[in-house]
Amino acid sequence: MADAAEHVITVRGLTMAYGDNVIQHDLDFTVQRGDIFVIMGGSGCGKSTLLRHLIGLQEPKAGQVLYGKEDFWAASPGGQDALKRHFGVLFQAGALWSSLTLAENVSLPLEELTTLPREAIRDIVSTKLALVGLAGFENYYPAEISGGMKKRAGLARAMALDPDILFFDEPSAGLDPLSSRRLDELILELRNSLGTTIVLVTHELPSIFAVANNSVFLDAESKTMIATGDPHELARHGPPAVRNFLGRGSLQGESA
Amino acid sequence: MPPLPSPNRVEVSRQDDTLRVCCAGAWNWDAAQPPLPDCTGIKHLQLAGEDTTDHEGSLLAWLIHLCRQATVLQIQIDDSALPAGIRRLLALALAVPPRTDHPTDDTPGFFTSLGLIALHVWSDFPKIAEFTGELTQAIGRLLIGRARFRKRELFWLIEACGPRALPIASLISFLVGTILAYMGAVQLAQFGAQIYIADLVAIGMVREIGALMTGVILAGRTGAAYAAQIGTMQVNEEIDAFRTLGLSPIEYLVLPRMLALVLMVPLLTLYAGVVGIIAGMLIATTVFGVGFLEYWHETLQALTWTHILIGMFKGTIYGALVAFSGCLRGMECGRSAQAVGEATTSAVVTSILLITISASVLTIIFQRIGI
Repeated sequence: MADAAEHVITVRGLTMAYGDNVIQHDLDFTVQRGDIFVIMGGSGCGKSTLLRHLIGLQEPKAGQVLYGKEDFWAASPGGQDALKRHFGVLFQAGALWSSLTLAENVSLPLEELTTLPREAIRDIVSTKLALVGLAGFENYYPAEISGGMKKRAGLARAMALDPDILFFDEPSAGLDPLSSRRLDELILELRNSLGTTIVLVTHELPSIFAVANNSVFLDAESKTMIATGDPHELARHGPPAVRNFLGRGSLQGESA
Repeated sequence: MPPLPSPNRVEVSRQDDTLRVCCAGAWNWDAAQPPLPDCTGIKHLQLAGEDTTDHEGSLLAWLIHLCRQATVLQIQIDDSALPAGIRRLLALALAVPPRTDHPTDDTPGFFTSLGLIALHVWSDFPKIAEFTGELTQAIGRLLIGRARFRKRELFWLIEACGPRALPIASLISFLVGTILAYMGAVQLAQFGAQIYIADLVAIGMVREIGALMTGVILAGRTGAAYAAQIGTMQVNEEIDAFRTLGLSPIEYLVLPRMLALVLMVPLLTLYAGVVGIIAGMLIATTVFGVGFLEYWHETLQALTWTHILIGMFKGTIYGALVAFSGCLRGMECGRSAQAVGEATTSAVVTSILLITISASVLTIIFQRIGI
């Protein structure tokens, strides 16, 4: 089965660094179509930095990021923009444009990057906002809503162009357990009903076990990945550090 | 009245290669901390506490120092005789060894700082070049009518940097006009030529100082605001959100700000000139006895379209420089509140520096080509 599946993202020999300070080196993994892929690891191991490399915000020191068969960082600026059309990103705090209302935030990508008529855009915007539970909030400004709502509005914007791949940076950070669980359900629903491939950075164990079917584990000590695969599987048969992480430190005695 | 607790004491006894340290008494920060016992040449360290109290963590701090020193000397520590509370806190504090490769906070010497500043300025150039390049592309797209930004945002920005700057621009221009009139009058009165105050104020304000003052006001008022707005957007990842959509933040954020200032500054310059002339007129007619009609006539004589256009041209350049510095520093901003503050400061400094340099250069150029 795995051979037949389509590789949406392939990372080969990726090394990330700020100047001479290497964050992670020699990362190799693939994300298949329809995966819910988790980038996990302890605090400060470079999870968000890896995400920034995947979404084209930071250039790798070495290695490749392939979307399908196309190398993102070898593509021309125009080619990179074309690849970017296929993905949506939900930033950690939503990153809504603060001078625009929620409706304008969601409609801006549609207005700029599609030729849809105005009425169609208005309908798409209210549909997306309704999907994330923000129907009726069209004319609110980001400063007028709560942190959790900003995150959901950010998700509505990320979904505006019906992307093939959705990236989430710490979706449950700063959310209460119930909102966090609703977001997990929404993520599963998006994958199941729209077939969207989802890549998320998180260290919330309940989220990882609830949604993920594939993952990569980054280690802060050795500055490289030490495991990739289904987190349920890794929790049983993975390397000790990964089992320890996924078992919330229950292995401490064994591994220490 | 309760009896005064006995002050902190440390009893040290040594047996072969075992050092026994017994802490007693009330520990607090009012009393001096006893010196650490000498640990050289021992293998075991026994810690004990007898009837000791530690209200403010001074005993804990002392024990942490002692244990760190012992760990470095590879001495075995036995803390079983310490009171349970202190023992648990001590174990917690010593659980993770202190990081040794932490960044040094040594203040660099004079020459090191000088070198660091030079490196910083040098590394600034590629960033400025990149920003200028992107901005030039965006202006190119604007000229062929393909730039994408929101018209409503442009109007909002125009309102913020133009009409709302009128009160402060009026005040400063009026005062500068007054100063010019006084300074000129004192000299000109020696020759009985007070009437030439009109020429001095009109040409000075319209051609040079109106634009200069407007530029400086906008550097502090609008340039700083631009750096803070764009810097905060950088912190909130709003800029990244543009980039991941393949939209140019330069086009959406920098271009409308640049346009707003370039459109508004010439008008503000003209306004500053008019206010300055009115101020000069008031001073000359009330203090130095020049007739109102004479002054009016002399002003019209002195002012030519060349002066007016040169003033407006300079204003436009200063406005563009203010927008450039503000947006550049905002786009370069790091991801913290501290960085936004630095970006704002740097924007104002850069604006004023660039305005001053270009003012001198333009004045020399205009003088050379004789207009």
